[in-house]
Amino acid sequence: MATTATSMDRAVPPGAGPRSLIHRLRHGDEVAHVVTLLFAALILLVTSLLVFTLWQKSHLSRAQFGWSFLWTSVWDPVFSHFGALPFIYGTLVTSVVSLAIAVPLGLAAAIFLAELAPRTLSDYIAFLIDLLAAVPSVIYGLFGIFIVVPLMRTTIGPALKHTLGFLPIFSGPNYGVGFLTAGIVLAIMIVPFIISVSREVLLTVPRDQREAAMGLGATRWEATWKVVVPWARTGIMGSVFLALARALGETMAVTMVIGNDPKIAASLFAPGYTIAAVIANEFTEATGDLYLSALIELGLVLFLMTFILNGLARLMILATERGGGRPS
Amino acid sequence: MRKTLLALLALCALAFTANAQSGTVLLNAAGATFPAPIYLKWFDVYHTAHPNIQVNYQAIGSGAGIRQVLAGTVDFGASDGPMTDEQLAQSKVKILHFPTVLGAVVPTYNIPGVTASLNFTQKALAGIYLGQITKWNDPEITKANPGVKLPGDDIVVVHRSDGSGTSYIFTDFLSKASDEWKNKVGKATSVNWPVGLGGKGNEGVSGLVKQTPDSIGYIELIYALQNNITYGAVQNAAGKFLKADLAGVTAAAAGAAKDMPEDFRVSITDAPGAAAYPISSFTWLLIPAQIQDATKRDAIKGFLKWMMTDGQNYNEGLSYAKLPKPVVVKEMKQIALVQ
Repeated sequence: MATTATSMDRAVPPGAGPRSLIHRLRHGDEVAHVVTLLFAALILLVTSLLVFTLWQKSHLSRAQFGWSFLWTSVWDPVFSHFGALPFIYGTLVTSVVSLAIAVPLGLAAAIFLAELAPRTLSDYIAFLIDLLAAVPSVIYGLFGIFIVVPLMRTTIGPALKHTLGFLPIFSGPNYGVGFLTAGIVLAIMIVPFIISVSREVLLTVPRDQREAAMGLGATRWEATWKVVVPWARTGIMGSVFLALARALGETMAVTMVIGNDPKIAASLFAPGYTIAAVIANEFTEATGDLYLSALIELGLVLFLMTFILNGLARLMILATERGGGRPS
Repeated sequence: MRKTLLALLALCALAFTANAQSGTVLLNAAGATFPAPIYLKWFDVYHTAHPNIQVNYQAIGSGAGIRQVLAGTVDFGASDGPMTDEQLAQSKVKILHFPTVLGAVVPTYNIPGVTASLNFTQKALAGIYLGQITKWNDPEITKANPGVKLPGDDIVVVHRSDGSGTSYIFTDFLSKASDEWKNKVGKATSVNWPVGLGGKGNEGVSGLVKQTPDSIGYIELIYALQNNITYGAVQNAAGKFLKADLAGVTAAAAGAAKDMPEDFRVSITDAPGAAAYPISSFTWLLIPAQIQDATKRDAIKGFLKWMMTDGQNYNEGLSYAKLPKPVVVKEMKQIALVQ
């Protein structure tokens, strides 16, 4: 609070009398401007400090491995060879799998809740979904270990192998833990975000849009799918990227079900590893400066991945806005 | 109202100064998680006996403990693996290793239809973890288990995913059991595992083993004893198959005591002696040899003496093996080096 106090003082131009200070405080405009600006700047400051720290503390590893850190697939603390590729791969694969499951599921549920369900029922369910979004991830991890992993080994895995086993992504031994299991648990975790935000966005679509579509002879489904959903497209995408951000950075739930093996495998049944999981697993016991530095560089890589993906998301939203949909 | 508040404040201040005068010593320590239960017990019992000495121990992991000792941010540290020469060279003051208790690692497995306790040769464990022995009915396993019908299924190997002293002890043992392991993988709190799934913590490994048919994993003896998890016997240096228990672990330490180096940085895996359990290890307190603050120095020395004598009686209640007598005698001498 000390910083805000001084900034308030600074907000008053030199020479201004006490009356004008009271006046300004009462009318608030300028003070509010400076205070909010300060807090906004604080966010920037925290972000840049974060990047700076990651950059500085990963110095040893960057000097030793250079760019090859990104495409080396060995992670050997004993002989000090460190490469990030299996972790980058694991992070991307689990996130993609989770989105592939969660987006259709979440969008369909949101459409039902916003367009088809009675409003009271919709509100009750939305409340439960918001509760789900607040459950700590370790709980989802336990759910993964006790429910999803055995189910994967005895039912889902064999069924997929039986029907789609000719695809390389569904071949190889199935231990119950692996990319697919991690993707499923992540999907369960992020689906509440997609439903909750998408439903809110769908509810804000003006009534006359629907009525106009129906007036032109569209059925209720046609009005929903061809008019309401495109109108809400930007918001729905926003919900998906929020979900993606959580999937990329998720640690506990993933490490409990992914098998923690830094290998790159085509099969989704194979065990893998993610960036967040390896940092959480190895940081406390990491001896040796280069080892620690490599773990911090992994953090930097994860930060950059999130940064790039968010940037791409922005571009995609811009592109769809230009291509029509919601008039601006 | 204000008066009572003032009086209260004054009283607090008085109590505080009185406390300071009586010489409350607050020691900060950090490190290994494996011995944390017994350390916390010791610090608590010692505090009851000596109310002016209080130890704040943070179980943040051996690696972090070593780093904090090197940085001088704690009064002493704790580690499951001894510090390397390189790390010792980094330190401004000499750091002494004090063995405190002993731990052991046991192989646990889940083979449907097999209820017998299995025997593992050293070659078998190394082969399984190298990914060279892949079936349960491999001759290296069957020859040590006459009369047990082992299936021809693939072995699912499970190891720790988090860096841990348990992995350090186990890989140290495998390095002695197999040259190939030593050259290809080595020993550390985390290694580049040739095969297998990773589980987080003892509970993660035993959970995966319990759930996955035909699997094998390794866990701390304490964890196995406290949770009634069945585990196998391991062949020791004398060729005997031993099922781990506290006596066998102490025997391993006694076997190694004869050749104990001056600085106590010794591995006691595969120790000589017919009764020695082969996957055992010390865990250490890391004490700086020079402590400027005289009250802190006396408090630490007093605690070390108590820990090696009366303190050891609390070990077995928490399933830790006691230090053998010759090691205690030797450590007592080392206390004098703390100045």
